[in-house]
Amino acid sequence: MNRTSSRWVSSGRAALGLVAGAALALSGCSVTGATTSSGDNEGDGTGTINVLLMKQAGYSETDVADMITQFEKANPDITVEPTFVSYEALHDKIVTSAPAGTYDVVHLDVIWPAEFASKGLITDVTDRFPDEWTTDMLGGALSSAEYQDKYYGVPWGPSTKLFFYNADMVAEVGATPDELKTWDGVLAVAKKIKDAGLVKYPLAWSWSQAEALICDYAQMLGAFGGSFTDADGKLTVDNGPGVEALTWMKKTIDDGLSDPASLTFLEDDTDKSMAAGNTAMEINWESTFRDLSDPSISTIVGKAAVAATPAGPTGDHPGVNGSMALAIGAKSTHQAAAWKFIEYVTGEAVQEQFVTSSMTNWKASYTKPEITKSNPDVFAAAGPAYDSMILRPPVANYNAVSQILQVEIQNALLGKKTPQQAMDDAVAAANGLG
Amino acid sequence: MTVASAKSSSPAPAAGARAPRRRKENQERLAFWLLVPASVAVFGVIVYPVVRTLIISFFDVSSALATDTPFVGLRNYAHVLTNPSFWSPMGRTLYFTIVSTALELVFGLVVAGLLNARLKVRWLFRAIVVIPWAVPTIVNAAMWKGILSAQYGALNAFLTQIGVIHEYQAWLGDPMTALNMVILADVWKTTPLVAFFLLAGLNSIPSELYEAAKIDRASWPRIFRSIVLPMLVPSISIVLVLRTIEAFKVFDIIYAMTRGGPVNGTQTIAYYAYVTAFSDQSFGLGSALSIIIVLVILMLTTIYLRLLRRSEMSLL
Repeated sequence: MNRTSSRWVSSGRAALGLVAGAALALSGCSVTGATTSSGDNEGDGTGTINVLLMKQAGYSETDVADMITQFEKANPDITVEPTFVSYEALHDKIVTSAPAGTYDVVHLDVIWPAEFASKGLITDVTDRFPDEWTTDMLGGALSSAEYQDKYYGVPWGPSTKLFFYNADMVAEVGATPDELKTWDGVLAVAKKIKDAGLVKYPLAWSWSQAEALICDYAQMLGAFGGSFTDADGKLTVDNGPGVEALTWMKKTIDDGLSDPASLTFLEDDTDKSMAAGNTAMEINWESTFRDLSDPSISTIVGKAAVAATPAGPTGDHPGVNGSMALAIGAKSTHQAAAWKFIEYVTGEAVQEQFVTSSMTNWKASYTKPEITKSNPDVFAAAGPAYDSMILRPPVANYNAVSQILQVEIQNALLGKKTPQQAMDDAVAAANGLG
Repeated sequence: MTVASAKSSSPAPAAGARAPRRRKENQERLAFWLLVPASVAVFGVIVYPVVRTLIISFFDVSSALATDTPFVGLRNYAHVLTNPSFWSPMGRTLYFTIVSTALELVFGLVVAGLLNARLKVRWLFRAIVVIPWAVPTIVNAAMWKGILSAQYGALNAFLTQIGVIHEYQAWLGDPMTALNMVILADVWKTTPLVAFFLLAGLNSIPSELYEAAKIDRASWPRIFRSIVLPMLVPSISIVLVLRTIEAFKVFDIIYAMTRGGPVNGTQTIAYYAYVTAFSDQSFGLGSALSIIIVLVILMLTTIYLRLLRRSEMSLL
């Protein structure tokens, strides 16, 4: 080897060593770069806090901007910087931003406390959580912030999917709202609407390969009297209600009652389809009623009606629990200020003020006529729905379980597998996860 | 002669040789400092992340903030390579890479030929053709999602009006169709890039060759086969390598158009790595997957370069 090449080799080795050394040094000699928190993350209750929020159903960006203005007026030493992302990007954004501690407050879905709490991404706020809140708030909403008897956030609105329908179309085929109280009744009315040629596909669903599909499936699973897991936390959707619910969903496509394009839809798409008059009925989150009543985006203003989700063959009609919460990021160095913000925006007064966008998690609000009359249709529908809600599996590896279910449910809906085979495969794969 | 023997047999440098040597040293120093900013940037955005990813791939990392991360050696790699979930997206990625690159080459060649034609408004034609390439991938994906919409999509409206289909189709509702539609969107965006590469190649063909062919009364297919194509080999080589690498690591257009669905039918290997790392928080497995992707791309590139070096016409 001549001197030039040997110099290159030794330079290469040195550079590689330098890079590896620098990589470890920059990461604090830890593989993830994470260090055990030793400093004071509480802060002095002032400063700028960064808040990561969902840009979709529920509170709009305008609502949040108004809340922040009010909060900053009451707390002039704190500035709030909100960031909005779509629901589909929210989980991954929380994960990727966690090591840098970018966000002091993060928006939490009901399915994430187990994962984020067990992996140390969010802060235990049990000591800050007043005891009376556990009785003053709706139980379903509390689930969105609870893991193993500890609180990792504060509920920020209970949520479930309600049943929305075009009242004009229903009336035009001579049906009554009472006929829509069961799924059998819904299909009968849907057939009449289709036969009358009012729309090609009366029903639209958010059955895209996404969490939205699991929400819709959960609602149907509940209607057939089932649940996702047994007492040991094992997935059990491969028998009885789990398969029956999926069979029912598939049949609505085969019968031409559900739009096959539902397999490409998220909630926003079903919302738009109904607002455009292409769909007669859908299940969707509470804020859908606000959108369908907004003349700037809806052609069916005044025609949309809302009800609790219809009952299945067992008479059950639980809505999927889609409650959200606000949590403090584990690496936040402004935890006192973050808590002040959370305490403010989740407070009874603020939630009541913006109740047309998102329902309130305070039980007392449901007994105040001045509040219920501000959004009477949704209050009437949501009240019974919140009494019984179906939870998706509260497990630390929920995302992996959900992805398995999404694929297998779509396999059945596309006719690539029978519902029984799809659910057998889903259960085998999910229960086989480490 | 070795460096040592050369040094011992060389005469002592003359005084007159010092000035050029000093100038050379100054130039080297200047070159070093000029390279520093680029080196820092390359280290920060390429070398450091790759090395960190390589390190993480040997550990079991189940949280973004994990401090307890057992060393598992090559177990993550073994897990990935023995998992059937790895091979499906790998096959899909190969399909995506081969089909999209082939279509881009064919369409790129046609467009390059048109761009090279002596038209009065050639400048306008060239400006229009470059537009798809100028559109950001995310915007392109959103646009195609709209075009392919099962309810209001332009493609459905167009095909219905000309009588090709009788009812609107959910183009993204079936796994294989959805994958082909994503390829279509990718081809639409990237064909201009390929066309401009090939146009540069076409421009470099001496006009004398065409004139000689005309004198010989060669037909256009013959001219294409015997002059254009061989002379374009260097450009095609570059395009082939670049597009293969880019297509193999396709992610953003999938994320924006289908998020891997339906039934994982559009889940490519890069998207699978992303889901594994960030959605499942299995950072060790996700890192191993990423390193495997890098190795496959290196392997493909090496094979390409070796094959192309054998071609006399290749400049690579």
